[in-house]
Amino acid sequence: MSKYQASPVTEALAHTPSPGRNAAPRLYLSTRAISVLTLIVLLGAWWLVTAFEWVEPLFLPPPSAVLEKAWLLMTKGYMESTLWQHLGASLQRIGLGLVFAVLTAIPVGIAIGHNRIAQGIFDPLIEFYRPIPPLAYLPLIVIWCGIGEFSKVLLIYLAIFAPIAIATATGVRTADSAKLRAAQSLGASRWQLIRHVILPSALPDILTGVRIGLGVGWSTLVAAELIAATSGLGFMVQSAAQFLVTDVVVLGILVIAFIAFALEMGLRALQRKLVPWHGQNH
Amino acid sequence: MALLQLERICAQYPGAAEPVLSDISLSLGPQQLLVALGPSGSGKTSLLNLIAGFVEPSAGRITLDNVPVKGPSAERGVVFQDDALLPWQDVLANVAFGLELAGAPRAQREVKAREMLALVDLAGFEKRRIWQLSGGQKQRVGLARALAADPRVLLMDEPFGALDAFTREQMQELLLQVWKRSAKPVFLITHDIEEAVFLATDLILLAPNPGQIVEHLKLDFGQRYSTGESARAIKSDPRFIETREHVLARVFSQRQAIQEQRA
Repeated sequence: MSKYQASPVTEALAHTPSPGRNAAPRLYLSTRAISVLTLIVLLGAWWLVTAFEWVEPLFLPPPSAVLEKAWLLMTKGYMESTLWQHLGASLQRIGLGLVFAVLTAIPVGIAIGHNRIAQGIFDPLIEFYRPIPPLAYLPLIVIWCGIGEFSKVLLIYLAIFAPIAIATATGVRTADSAKLRAAQSLGASRWQLIRHVILPSALPDILTGVRIGLGVGWSTLVAAELIAATSGLGFMVQSAAQFLVTDVVVLGILVIAFIAFALEMGLRALQRKLVPWHGQNH
Repeated sequence: MALLQLERICAQYPGAAEPVLSDISLSLGPQQLLVALGPSGSGKTSLLNLIAGFVEPSAGRITLDNVPVKGPSAERGVVFQDDALLPWQDVLANVAFGLELAGAPRAQREVKAREMLALVDLAGFEKRRIWQLSGGQKQRVGLARALAADPRVLLMDEPFGALDAFTREQMQELLLQVWKRSAKPVFLITHDIEEAVFLATDLILLAPNPGQIVEHLKLDFGQRYSTGESARAIKSDPRFIETREHVLARVFSQRQAIQEQRA
C-alpha cells in the first residue's frame, strides 16, 4: 500500500523455502496483515491495562467506555451538539479554507512560477509567514478579525495556502520546455499555453500540495477552534479536557486521526484518477 | 522559388565569446527536403531553433514568403527529438491539438487528425495513451501532430535520433512517403550521415567553431526511393556509398583542420 512496503524481490526471497532442509511450512504474513496485527495488539493492550485497573479510568478509560460514549455522543451529543454536528462544523471550516486556498493559491502559484515580477512580490511574503506556527499568529488574527467563524476559516486558509502555492510554482517551473515549445510552434497563445500545457504539467505537484496543505490545515483545526468556538472536534476535545472527561478526549482524538487518514487516502485516490500519466515512463 | 530564406544569419548566446553560427545563408523551396548534417557543436539545433522562432538571430534575416519570421508560429511545424507529446491527452487529441488551439470545431479536427494518423500508419491508435506507445510510434504521432496543423514548412530536430537502428530505418522510409504525399518542404537536422544522404534533396554540411556551411550537395537518393526503388538497394548502391564516404571524409577533414588551428 505504502512506500514502506518491502520490495517484491526481498519478499520473494523471504518466500523461497531454503533448499536441502526439511523445514515445516513457515507462516507467511503480508505487510498489511502485520499492520493489522499491530493495531489488534495495541487495542488488546489497551483493554488489558484498563480491565485489570492498572491505570485509573481518569487517565485512560477502557475501550468499552469510549465506545459507549461514542454512541451517546452520536445520539444525545456533548456540549449541546452531537458528534456529527461537531464533525460537520470542523469539516465545514476546513472545507471552506480549502476551497478558498485552492481558488487563490493555484493562480498565485502559476504567477510565481511564470512571471518574474509576481515571483518577486509573493516569494518573500509566503516564505516569511510559512514557517510561523499558526498558533503564533492566531492572536493577531483575533485582534484584527474578531472571534467569529471568519477568523477560524482564515487561520486554516493561511495554513493550506502556502503549501499549495509553493507546490504549484514548482510544478510550473519544472514544466517540460520541449512540450512548451511544441505547443508554441502549433500556435498556442500565452493563455493557451497556461491552460493546455502548464496547468496539466503542474497538476501532479498541485495535488501533492493539496495533500500537504490538508494535513497542515487539519492539524491547525484544533488551534482554530480554540477561538471562542461552541462546536467542532477541536472544541469538543478541548472543553472535555477542561472537565477531565477523558473518554470524550480519547474519542475526539481517534475521530480526528481517522478523518486525517481518510482525507489522505481520498486524495491519493484522486491523484491516481486525475494524473494517471504521473510516474509513467513517457 | 524559395519559400523559406535565411540571409547571412549569425547567432550568439548572451555572454558567450564565440558565435554559435556565423554567416549562414540558405533557402528552402517546395519539393525540397533540406538536411543539415554536422557533428555536435556545429550549431544544427541552434539553426533549427532560429527558424522555428524559439531564439532570435544576432544578425541577418529569416523570411517565410518574404515575411520576416518573428517568434514561434503554426506556419513552421516542429517535430522534436523527444516526443514532446502531452501525456494527459490520448493520441487523437494530441494530433488534433494544433487545430484545437486554432479554434476548429471538434468534429472537423477529429476528421483531420484521423486522416493524419492514417498517413503515418497509426490508424486504430486513436484512443491509446501516450505512455502506451513505443518510441517509433511516439515520433509518428509527433509527425502527425505537426502535419495536422497544416504548416508551410516542417522542421525536424533529430527526429529519429533516439530510436533503434531498425525503427530508424522504417521511419526514414515513412518520412519520405509522407513528404511526397503532403508536399511540404522539410528542414531536418541529424548527425547520422547515412540518414542525411538517403533523405536529402539538399544536404548542407555544418562545421563547428563557429557553425558554418562548408558544403552544399544536391542529392536524389530520396527521389529514387519515391519512384519505387527499395531502400536497401539504394543504400548499397556504389554511388550512395561513395557520397556517404565523401561526406564522412569532409567531416573528418574539418575536424582535423580545427584541431590544427588550435594547436
